[in-house]
Amino acid sequence: MHEVSLIENVLGLVEQERRKQAFARVSVIRLRVGVLGCAEPEALRFCFDAVAAGTIAEGARLEIEPVCGEGWCADCRSTVPLAERFGACPLCDGAHVRMTAGDALSLAEMEVE
Amino acid sequence: MCTVCGCGTASSADASVSSPLVGDDHDHYGDAHHHEHGPNHHHHPAARALDFGQGLAGVSVPDLSQQRLISIERDILSKNDGFAQANRSALLKADILALNLVSSPGSGKTSLLVRTIMDLKGRWPMAVIEGDQQTSRDAERIRATGVQAVQINTGKGCHLDAHMVGHALQHLSLESGGLLFIENVGNLVCPALFDLGEASKVVVLSVTEGEDKPLKYPDMFAAADLMLLNKSDLLPHLDFDLGACVEAAVRVNPQIQILTVSARTGEGLEAFYTWIEHRAARIEPRIVEPGMREAGP
Repeated sequence: MHEVSLIENVLGLVEQERRKQAFARVSVIRLRVGVLGCAEPEALRFCFDAVAAGTIAEGARLEIEPVCGEGWCADCRSTVPLAERFGACPLCDGAHVRMTAGDALSLAEMEVE
Repeated sequence: MCTVCGCGTASSADASVSSPLVGDDHDHYGDAHHHEHGPNHHHHPAARALDFGQGLAGVSVPDLSQQRLISIERDILSKNDGFAQANRSALLKADILALNLVSSPGSGKTSLLVRTIMDLKGRWPMAVIEGDQQTSRDAERIRATGVQAVQINTGKGCHLDAHMVGHALQHLSLESGGLLFIENVGNLVCPALFDLGEASKVVVLSVTEGEDKPLKYPDMFAAADLMLLNKSDLLPHLDFDLGACVEAAVRVNPQIQILTVSARTGEGLEAFYTWIEHRAARIEPRIVEPGMREAGP
């Protein structure tokens, strides 16, 4: 259940932002979550309401934008789509692929009032 | 979640009596959560890592009703990474090699640590940070060897984070050139995400577990520099396929080093001690810019 900690961290960033610029409530929080990362969008959604209760983000809508996986294949010398973190290259079926995108875990933006 | 001094939901039963305090107060990286520890380790009941107690009603912002969009673009773990970087800098400055031991529960991490401490006692100054959800049993086992240990109880938390470790460091007095073991909460998933400021993660897998665990829990094996295959003395009694396990680990992490050891008989441990010496000889900071994560395994 590291998703609870991740949401706490998101709320920490929201709180930091509130110290910089005043707002009364948060209506939407947008996260970017890589499909090859360790965070499960459903689990993030599941715990969000509970963790956000009593905070400035209470009642906010959580939107999660998935980030596709990408890798660099050393054999094809090109960027290829990656469905699994340690998957083979979809072009040459080789194993020399290094993940270059898909484990994002960031707070992109939020709508406030 | 300030779990060493107990000012969050979790508690630490014995951190206050475990070892000498280095300092009476400490800062929290980039955060307003700050508190001081008096000589009696006074707890502040109101202090929490995340202070959201105000709620909606407590906020009054005149002339501000229009919806606005705020772009943030920050890594969710940037706060943890900030604490981790502070820990890493402090450890580097003190010339201390910190190893973060991770595994599923029951792989023999504590037994391995006890054996390692007994074997290395004359060679290295050592200290241990123990992470468990409840009890200080592991720290007591370590203290029985004569080495100082701080127990962190994470309560409901399933991993140690860099903030907790930063607190624990305040409770230890480790000489320069020393060795710090951080025994993480037994969990092969969550601790992979949280950088503690260690020099290396060491993943312990026992041969009584499945040889395909590196494939089932790839993030942890991808994050580790060394895998210790523990309980090798049981191999004659098991159908464990050592070759398949090594192959699985290398598949998720081509750079991982693998040693087969037995905390019970001591088999293979000299190789582990040599690895530690080599690792200590080339301590180099793994810089993670705040707001950025390393892209690949």
